[in-house]
Amino acid sequence: MARIIVVTSGKGGVGKTTSSASFSTGLAMRGHKTVVIDFDVGLRNLDLIMGCERRVVYDLINVINKEASLNQALIKDKHCDNLFILPASQTRDKDALSEDGVEAVLADLIAMGFEFIICDSPAGIEHGALMALTFADEALIVTNPEVSSVRDSDRILGIIQAKSRRAQSGGEPVKEHLLITRYSPKRVENGEMLSYTDVQEILRIPLMGIIPESEQVLHASNQGNPAIHFKGTDVAEAYEDVVARFLGEQRPLRFTDYEKPGLLKRLFGAK
Amino acid sequence: MALLSFLFQSKPKTATAAKERLQIIIARERNGRTGPDFLPALHKELIEVISKYTKVNADDIKISLDRQGNLEVLDVNVVLPDA
Repeated sequence: MARIIVVTSGKGGVGKTTSSASFSTGLAMRGHKTVVIDFDVGLRNLDLIMGCERRVVYDLINVINKEASLNQALIKDKHCDNLFILPASQTRDKDALSEDGVEAVLADLIAMGFEFIICDSPAGIEHGALMALTFADEALIVTNPEVSSVRDSDRILGIIQAKSRRAQSGGEPVKEHLLITRYSPKRVENGEMLSYTDVQEILRIPLMGIIPESEQVLHASNQGNPAIHFKGTDVAEAYEDVVARFLGEQRPLRFTDYEKPGLLKRLFGAK
Repeated sequence: MALLSFLFQSKPKTATAAKERLQIIIARERNGRTGPDFLPALHKELIEVISKYTKVNADDIKISLDRQGNLEVLDVNVVLPDA
């Protein structure tokens, strides 16, 4: 059974596209046929984060308008054989993203044998964000431990619970997962940042993972390689944990405790 | 002494303030979401009816729905102008 997962947040800049890229890559690296769709019509960026921006010829709207076939529009990932990217249109008006059109594209992707369909939502609660979440079976709510992001996440949860196809048809509700990004254990320890338990207590949805704040994310996007490819880094391992948990494995939370630097470290200023 | 307390004063824990503020605003917004959606229309019609008989300002009519245990309390507060 294919699973459609929306990666959303309400607020912009919290790490939706970064997370979509690493999450879909992680699923594909574990052998699952995966497609990641950019729903941010007019402001597409998933192609840049995935490093395939120069290979974009056709996009989601071309497919919806039947100007190109899905096979023509899907871009094969440069690292993973079973990962495909469906870019958003950069020029069209976002109203071109019709509900029927999106539904048809998703049905075709399922028929092509994709196991996981990741919908990278635009920020906000406008049309594009609604289209990204409408057909979702599950939702990955990307949240920073910061007041505006937490509030917007709660807002988008309300929208999922009211406007998704599952909610409208009265079926099983969309399964919600919390993904906390840009987490700084040191600042939490100092009482400057909401802890993950605080965020979870407020949003009341199950925690899928915590991605630590890291310089590596910028290095990754600079090069157009999803952060999960940088083996051995905290961010890559945190995303690997998220993928493993999503696939049903038990993994303890990591990167949540602050270790005070030792005397030597402080003297010689380790990074 | 002042120097000592300056050196050892604890930094304010702003995360606690963030959590409290979020809990309050999100509880309020969730209530608005799950509550009945006739309130704005009721508010508008109440203003029309009341202003038919008295001269009141639209801002002087406050309407809210609160939950107290199992009860829902519709609270309408009208400030009548001085005669």
